[in-house]
Parts: sequence; structure tokens; C-alpha cells
Amino acid sequence: MPRYRAGEAPGGHSSVHRIAMNGGCRNENGGLKNGYVRNGVCPELLHGGLYKRPFHEAFEETPMLVAVLTYMGYGILTLFGYLRDFLRAWKIEKCHNATEREEQKDFVPLYQDFENFYTRNLYMRIRDNWNRPVSSVPGERVDVLERFTDDYNWTFKFTGRVIKGVINMGSYNYLGFAKNSGFCADASAGVLQQYGGGVCSTRQEMGNLDKHEELECLVARFLGVEAAMTYGMGFATNSMNIPALAGKGCLILSDELNHASLVLGARLSGATIRIFKHNNMQSLEKLLRDAIVQGQPRTHRPWKKILILVEGIYSMEGSIVRLPEVIALKKKYKAYLYLDEAHSIGALGPNGRGVVDYFGLDPRDVDIMMGTFTKSFGGAGGYIGGTEILIDYLRKHSHSTAYATSMSPPVTEQIITSMKCIMGEDGTSFGRERVEQLAENTRYFRRRLTEMGFIIYGNSDSPVVPLMLYMPAKIGAFGREMLKRNIGVVVVGFPATPIIESRARFCVSAAHSREMLDEALNKISEVGDLLQLKYSRHHFVPLLDRPFDETTYEETED
Amino acid sequence: MGLKEEKAPKSLENIMFGGLEERRKCTFPVKSRIRVLLAKELKKPERSGSLPSSSKGRYLFEERDSNSWDKIPKIDGVVAKSSKSPPSHKIVVNGKECINFSSFNFLGLLDNDRVKSAALASLRKYGVGTCGPRGFYGTFDVHLELEERLAKFMRTEEAIIYSYGFATIASAIPAYSKRGDIVFVDEAACFAIQKGLQASRSNIKYFRHNDMSDLERLLKEQELEDQKNPRKARVTRRFIVAEGVYMNTGDICPLPQLVELKYKYKVRIFLEESLSFGVLGEHGRGVTEHFGINIDDIDLISANMENALASIGGFCCGRSFVIDHQRLSGQGYCFSASLPPLLASAAIEGLNIMEETSEIFHTLKEKCQRIHKALQGVEGLKVVGENFSPAFHLQLEESSGCRVTDSKQLQDIVDHCMNRKIALTRARYLEKEEKNLPPPSIRVIVTVEQTDEELDMAASVIKQAATLILN
Repeated sequence: MPRYRAGEAPGGHSSVHRIAMNGGCRNENGGLKNGYVRNGVCPELLHGGLYKRPFHEAFEETPMLVAVLTYMGYGILTLFGYLRDFLRAWKIEKCHNATEREEQKDFVPLYQDFENFYTRNLYMRIRDNWNRPVSSVPGERVDVLERFTDDYNWTFKFTGRVIKGVINMGSYNYLGFAKNSGFCADASAGVLQQYGGGVCSTRQEMGNLDKHEELECLVARFLGVEAAMTYGMGFATNSMNIPALAGKGCLILSDELNHASLVLGARLSGATIRIFKHNNMQSLEKLLRDAIVQGQPRTHRPWKKILILVEGIYSMEGSIVRLPEVIALKKKYKAYLYLDEAHSIGALGPNGRGVVDYFGLDPRDVDIMMGTFTKSFGGAGGYIGGTEILIDYLRKHSHSTAYATSMSPPVTEQIITSMKCIMGEDGTSFGRERVEQLAENTRYFRRRLTEMGFIIYGNSDSPVVPLMLYMPAKIGAFGREMLKRNIGVVVVGFPATPIIESRARFCVSAAHSREMLDEALNKISEVGDLLQLKYSRHHFVPLLDRPFDETTYEETED
Repeated sequence: MGLKEEKAPKSLENIMFGGLEERRKCTFPVKSRIRVLLAKELKKPERSGSLPSSSKGRYLFEERDSNSWDKIPKIDGVVAKSSKSPPSHKIVVNGKECINFSSFNFLGLLDNDRVKSAALASLRKYGVGTCGPRGFYGTFDVHLELEERLAKFMRTEEAIIYSYGFATIASAIPAYSKRGDIVFVDEAACFAIQKGLQASRSNIKYFRHNDMSDLERLLKEQELEDQKNPRKARVTRRFIVAEGVYMNTGDICPLPQLVELKYKYKVRIFLEESLSFGVLGEHGRGVTEHFGINIDDIDLISANMENALASIGGFCCGRSFVIDHQRLSGQGYCFSASLPPLLASAAIEGLNIMEETSEIFHTLKEKCQRIHKALQGVEGLKVVGENFSPAFHLQLEESSGCRVTDSKQLQDIVDHCMNRKIALTRARYLEKEEKNLPPPSIRVIVTVEQTDEELDMAASVIKQAATLILN
């Protein structure tokens, strides 16, 4: 396995990674010898000319040895978990778990005993890597409160010290609008003085402020759609609006890696849910065709509506949805498309207008454009954009207009100013520069990491950069070692990822300067050597990817 | 070729008169042509305008065409007009300054200078958004402080905050109650509870509103069921979900009886206190304080910070054994961006004020009782809700039987009051989605900022409107 030392940039090898761009250099015989085409399909073979730009996504296969070791690691952890549960049961080891009240001991237990096995025995060992308390702006550098534990992560105490200036590779501050000074913060401070923090009423009752309407008009213009509607929470935008769009007798086709909010929304709707392989257009087409041919189960009546749920950038994979193909399929089979741009809005495309802008498509081809304000705009909340008819319908039927408090006015103002900045309506080219800076930072950061020999997932243009760690012990070690070196990273393991594919996730921001990125990269490389994370095998990259098989997972709501 | 011309079966009339029909068509081809042409033309909605109005009524247009004509306004009624000022004590609606009787700003903290300056200081320190969920660098020190303060205020072991009031109870219920578990719910439960129950996929049993004997009947039934299958009963969790003060009725729940039933039948109680937190009790701790019940007897209390605290978000509190589970299982907690720090700071300052001036709750109660008394005996309207509840409903005494007409009448009352500088609102529901749709009503909200004169004025204006419109 060729490995590169820290900081060494193997320039000559980067071409190996460009194999699977469509329209780019592919093997003459059309053979897919490399492992870089997900799903084993080159899009140009199927939908030639749909893509206006190179689309390369890499998902290198897990090396066999690593996979075996990872499973062994989980095996040992589980065994020790049982052992310690046994010791706890016999009161040999002290149990730190909070316990039920004496008066309620004879109630049916609130948790099934096994339910918390994973939490108790695996998660608890590395719990210090999450929920790290922050005491400053979540900008490019962040101050983290130092904590320590004297009971193996069951409780944390603060030392009172603050770790200053940690390079923040964890927050979704893509365009760097998370700031406590400058025009955005000034504008929202003004609105806060005028309106106060809350609203105390719903949109349909008395909480319909002029600021909300201003934001909605702006969002509609930003997206290039007829109308838009905004909500106070991104998660709830999905979970409360999908039920208004689909119902019994409708079919929802959902990507297997969709966010929990989309899954919850689909479940609440009462529609039948079928799941297609991640970003796999063959799988989607097969499901669509089946749905049209077979109709509803038992009755075989045609489905009332078919709704495809996809995300712009998948937050754990760093992959970008194959939108041109999805739109082609949706048009061919007359389905509706719900695009969740939680991570991609602001972060993709030459104008920062999300994945539609990135592929140069018409926003009107997407029926429901959804996204959040938490990430690129440094605010909170979510929106839905679409045709006038759709939005009017939602205004009347959405759960959140009737029952949930409307958006906080200062947060609304932050979004208005940052969005105007991206659109260049504030008269500066500041926003545009940030979008360009982000694209440049992303490409640089991803290229350097791949060159160092890490396995990096996802699209080369996606600012979400997952670095594969695989083994459970390395999750904790990576997070801690990086914080020691003053870099804050996010590490994730099961259940957020498949069991062996634990990873670290970096979010590149336009606010990161080149020096910061270089510093971070050097430290990552250092820790990578320490923990032996440079798994990538440049030369004989095997056919990677989860092959498409006939089995599809179906879930029906009863 | 074996093609045969298919003949249509002749009608009786045709047989009797020997092909009169065919002959008539041959004789008068012009007439039938015109008829066909006219029919074609009429089907096009854009053409039909040219016809005289007398003939229009005879031809029914397709439903979907007529739907596109009479478009309903975006948000119906007066509220479609946005307000340009904060919905605090005074609100500017349609360019008219009104006294606000429609925002849940019970303690008047929305326009409070202390709250605002605390939020501002927080904004200057942390910026606006948090750019991450709690797990990934979205936990700020103010969040931890707020959780600690809430737990201390409510006198529980732990509290957990959510970034959206609606999502609080809707996430908390499915964190505990799973498929196969049984939940006993009051049928007047608010929409957020209904959504939480739906997400939990549990077995849901509704009992009649505030009817403890009905609840006991269901619990007894369940007990019998359990005796038949004790193995299953050992793993079936049971919950009662109730609201402190009901959003849809303004009633208070009979908590002492609920607690009694809890221990009798070994059921856990989840209480949604959005309207009673910061309102009831000597220190504003809600129904538990109101009834003098040990808060540990309630397994989980959830409330939102959007009403009394005038911020955004919600919280759950209870014992660590219960609450801590949500940090990994509460979907709205794990997967959503955390609460903007400035709103958390506003909530902390709100708690400070609540702790410092606990006579505020007494004042609120007096004001509620005052307007309640003043509104008694209004012709045609009945007051629904407890006399100490700051949010109560005005329903029609005699319903016409048609929801639309009732709503229309109530809306007329609201409009009438709006013209006389009293801002009211009808309670809005998603009529098709509600489990038990409450009757149409006007929701009146009392806040401490309203003076006694304003309360009396509001009562007399409502009275006047009712006599004018309902009689």
C-alpha cells in the first residue's frame, strides 16, 4: 500500500482520481475498471449530455483487512460490554446510570434493557467527542470549554479553562455568515430592538409580521421560483410539510440516506414509502416503473401521486444528488420531486443558489424546493419554494402555519441580509467572492486530503468532506487527537453511518483562510500517520461501491 | 376481411316508430350540428363568458374550472394583513393600533427591555445562528445555562431544550413510546401531541375530555387485557398524555386524580404545560404547583418557551432517568440545529424576571378573573375555559350546525372588535387533520400588560359586537 508522509503532495498521482468524470477520460472499452463510478454506471452511457459539467464522485472500497479488523473491533467491544453489564448486574462494578424512582420500580420498565446497550458500552467510551460546549461565535475559529471526567464519561465537569481559537471544521458555516459583528449582525440587532426575540403567535393568527413576508419574497427571488414560505425550524419544515403534500394512496420514493426529518415526514404522511439505493438512478427508475405498472398493492389502482424525496448534498456521504437524471426520470414517469437543499443552498453553484444552479437547471423543474437557513445563512429555520398554487396550498394546510410560532424576527433579518449579500443586492461583490472562495477551498481541501492517501468520500465539489476512519477505536482517538492539536472536527459512527464506515466529517467554509486550511491539513496528516488512517490504495483501486441488486426495501405505514 | 359493421341496439322508441330517429337526423342536420358545436364551445371555460347570463346557469361547469376562479385568499381573514410592529401589548394591524388580545405574551416579556438587552448582548457575543446540531459544535454555554436554570426553576433534576416549541412534545413522545405501547390521551389534546402520537406508532386510546371515569374504564379494560396475556403486559409501556391547561378548551386537567390513577394502574404521566408554565401556581411552575403535587410524580413535563417566556423553543423536564434518554433519542433534539443563543439568553432573562417578581402571576390571575366575570352573560356567546386561564375561548351559544356560517359570524365579531381597537383572533385549526375538531371559537388572551380599563373595554366591545351580530 503506497502511503504518503505528512505534507507530501504526490502530484503525479492525482490523475488516478479523475477517472470517472463523465465526458472526461474514461477507459476506451467502456469498461469500468476503476472503482470510482458509483453504481457501476457511467451517466453518459444512459443520459448523455444531461450533465453540463464534470461530475465525479468517489467512494473507494473498504480494504478487506480494515473491514475484518473493524468487525473484530466491534466484536470485542460487544463482548466486553456483556461482561461489564454482567459485572454491573452483580454490583461488582459501580453503575453510573440514572435509576428509576423507588416508587415506580414495579412499573413496566421505561427502556428495554438491550435498548441502551450500545449507548452504555460503546458510545459512553467516546462520548467526549460530541456535545462539546462552545463559548464563542461558531465561525472559522471557535472557543471550546475544556471539560474533564472522573467517571469514564458518565459526567463531565468544567475545568474553567477555555481552549481558544480552535480551528472549526465542524460547523455548517459554509459561507462564513456566522459572525457577531458586521452588517448582518447589525441589522438583526436593530430588528431585535424593534421587535423583540419571540413572536408569541402563529402565522395564521397574529404572528404574520412584515419581516416574514419580506423574507418569503426574497427567498422566492433567490431560488427563481414563483413563491416561497418560511418556517421556524428546518427539521420541522420537512416533517410537517410532507404530510400536507402526500397522504394515503400516494407513493413516496426516498433515498436510503435521506435525513431523519424526511423519513419522519414521510412516515407521518401515511403514504407508502419505498426506498431506493443512494443516488442510484437505476434503482429509482426500477421503482418508478414498478410503481406505475403495478399500482397500489392489492387493489392495483394507480397511485394518486408519486413523490421522489432527495437531498442536494448528503450530509454524511458528501455526495451530490444526480439531479439532471432525477429530473429526467421524474419527467418521464410524471412524478413529483421534493428536493431538500439543507446543505447545498448557498454552498453550491456559481451563484450560490444550490444544486439546481450547480447543474445549470431550471428551478421550475423541481416541484418542491426545500432548504434550511441554519447552514449557509447563519440563521435558523427552513423554507419551501415552488409554484404559487403549491405555496398557497401550504399556507392553508401546513401544520406549522396553523400551530407553530412564527420565525423569530432577528433571525429573519439575519437571513434577509445574508441572502441579499449572496445575491449581490447589497451593492458589493462580497457574497459572490465568498461563494467562489468556498468552491476554491473545497477543491483544495479535498485534493490535498486525497493526495495524502486518506479515503475521502463524495463529490469533488461538495464542501462536506467525510474522511473514513472505519475502526471504532479510531473514532474517539481521532476526535481527541485533533482537539489536542487545536482543531475541532466532527466524528460519526454507527447508527449515523453503516456499522463499519465510521468517519470524520469536515465542513469547509469560505471563512477558512488558506493558512488555516494548511494548518488543519498538516495536523490531519500528522494524526493520520499516528492512527494509520491513510488507507487509500491508489494503484489498484478495485471496483468499489455497493452493487445494485434487485432487493428493494419496502415499508408500509399501517 | 371478416369485419362486420356493428349495429347499435335500437331503442324501443326507434323500433316502434320504425327508424324515426335516423330519419330525423337526415331531415334536420343543421340543428344537431349546432347542438354539437354549442356543447363543445361550452366546455371551454374561457368561451362561456360570451353567453348570455340566463343560459349560463343551466350548464354546470366542471368543478376544477370553478375552483380556479374563486381562489381563496392566501391566509383568510384579517390576519392576512401583516403587522409592522411586534405583537406585544399594542399591535398595528391594517394600519390601526389595537390592544392585543391575541398573542400568547402572558407576562409581557416580549417587549421587555431587560430581555431585549440580554438577547442583544448574546447576539454580540455569539452571532445569530448556531450552524450545527447540539452534537456537533452546536452546544453553547448559554444552552447549558438555560437547561440548568429551567431545571432549577421547575425543581426537577434535568431539563432539555428544543429549538422549536411544536417539536418538543412531538419528539418527546416517540422517544419513549414505541410500536406496541399504549398511550391514553385526552381527546382534546393539542395538535403537537397528536403528531407525536402518530410518530410513535403506539396504540392510542382516547378518553373523553377531562373525564376521569372514562379514563379509569379504559385502564380497567387494559388491566383485564393484561391479565389474559401477562407476558405481553410485562413489556407494554403505558402512558397518559394530558395538557396542563388545554389549548383547545382552556380547561385545566384534574391532575390529582390523574396521579392517583397513575399509581393505581402503574401508568406514566406526560404533561404538556405550554399554557400553564409561567402562568399557574404561586411561582409560575405550572399545574403541579397549582395543585400542590410533587413534581417527581409526573414523569415528564414539556412546555414551550414561546408563550410565557416570549422566546422561541421548548423544553422537557423531569428526572435524569427519563430526560437524559432524549439526548440520543429525541429526533427534534438530535437532528435539528440548536436554538439560536440570543433566544436562549432571552429565555434566561425571562426566567430571571419570573423568579424576581413572582407577584406577576397573581396579577395575571386577577386580570383573568376580571375579564372572565365581565364576559359572563354575553348574549349568544359562551365563555369556555377556567376563570384563571389566560387563554380561553368564546364559542357560539347556539351553533347553526354549519361550521362555515359559525366561523363567519365569529369572524364578524373579530372584525367588529378590530375596528374598535381590540385585536382578537379566531382559533385556527387544520380542520381535516384534527382528531377531534373543537367547535369554532374566538381565542382571548389576557396578559399582565393590559390595564383593568382595557380589560373592561374589551369585554364591553365584545358584548356590543355579539348583540349587534348575533341578534
